Amino acid sequence: MQTDDPTMSVSSALVWACRRDLYLAARSRAELAVVLLFFLLVASLFPLAVSPDPTLLRAIAPGIAWVAALLATLLGLPRLFAADWADGTLEQILLAPAPLPALIAGKVLAHWLVTGLPLLLLAPLAGLQFGLAADAIGILVASLALGTPILSWLGATTAALTLGARGGASLLALLVLPLAVPVLIFGAGAVESFAAGIGAEAHLSLLGAGLILVWVFGPFAAALAVRIAHE
Amino acid sequence: MMTTGSFWFQFASPARFYPLAGRMIPWFGGAAVLLSLVGLYIGFFVAPTDWQQGESYRIIFIHVPAAWMAMFVYLVMAFWAALSLVLNTRLSAMMAQALAPTGAMFAFVSLWTGAFWGRPTWGTYWVWDARLTSTLILLFLYLGFIALRASIDDPRRADRACALLALVGAVNVPIIYFSVQWWNTLHQGASVSLTAAPKMAETMLAGMLVMGLAAWAYTIAAALHRVRSIILEREAHARWTRELVR
Repeated sequence: MQTDDPTMSVSSALVWACRRDLYLAARSRAELAVVLLFFLLVASLFPLAVSPDPTLLRAIAPGIAWVAALLATLLGLPRLFAADWADGTLEQILLAPAPLPALIAGKVLAHWLVTGLPLLLLAPLAGLQFGLAADAIGILVASLALGTPILSWLGATTAALTLGARGGASLLALLVLPLAVPVLIFGAGAVESFAAGIGAEAHLSLLGAGLILVWVFGPFAAALAVRIAHE
Repeated sequence: MMTTGSFWFQFASPARFYPLAGRMIPWFGGAAVLLSLVGLYIGFFVAPTDWQQGESYRIIFIHVPAAWMAMFVYLVMAFWAALSLVLNTRLSAMMAQALAPTGAMFAFVSLWTGAFWGRPTWGTYWVWDARLTSTLILLFLYLGFIALRASIDDPRRADRACALLALVGAVNVPIIYFSVQWWNTLHQGASVSLTAAPKMAETMLAGMLVMGLAAWAYTIAAALHRVRSIILEREAHARWTRELVR
């Protein structure tokens, strides 16, 4: 941290928190791999459960990819604050002479970089499994790129709220999944309307608007949730 | 201004509000019973049979007020939640906590009665229609609120965590509503609108509005009753509660 100036600026706080969480993630790569494997595994279950018919699979592919992405994000959420909360690091972050929303934003950014970004890179693989066309895969990746950060922010706020609460992961799912419904609809809808020939611009624009909204309000809501967890 | 402010703020104290709520419950409870008797009488004996849907349409006298209240109670809950975060008043959080089960009950009732109405009218209990789906999600939001409340032991922390959750939910409710609407719509348009002339018989409308008022009165009475129990539970250490229950 800086030595001469007692308070950190917003950008340096964000970069510091993000870099710290990326270091920690790099030290536990197995956990990261589990989330990605989970995504591919859930996507592979659907042909087994529904039917191997290519036309049916192509029709439901965007929905499956999005549901799998949603569940994979959910799986990674408890890691965001739980370990820092358990060993007291989060309390130190709260007391640090730096803007808390910026520190939280750094943590969420790091979380997205280690779970959301790899999902984007894996999504084409799932798309090929389901026989999606190349341009439809492009739209799927674009919708995931805009949508998964929204999921990270919704998840960060609720994960902070459930710190120390009984119920853990299942409680988190009950809180996050209803809130994530619009992201799911617009994300999967983008690929479907593209495939139907209507074009995906409307859905992608709405996802983009949501992305801007969560980056404006998310840091403050999540910071408030972290403060509440330490009362 | 100052005097009216302090007049209202004195009821933010649970000790002052407890007897006031006790005096209001019989009035709102009585109104709920009377209004629902009148509303059901209008609904079942006065309102004419619908030429298209036959007698099965009469379920709207329960269904529509329940759906109204399910949405409205969430907003009221979010209002109390915001107040508890801003003013840090315990009673506001208790009000939000007391409203949640009633809201969840109304969401459930509107889904259940809707299913019974849908079977003869649409030929199916459930369709993935916009309004049905958004009411279902609303029910999940209520249940999440109740579950979060139940899983945090420290009541003050639970108050604030639930308040934030209710606010995030309230911001999300319109987004969910419109996203689901663009996604799929089979449900008929709103039956009652303030801008267009009502499309239904006057007596049907009257029955529905009376039932709506009954649901309103019931909600107030039930929430006040529940908030009294919550006050007793949480203020059990205070002297006035011990003197009260002795």
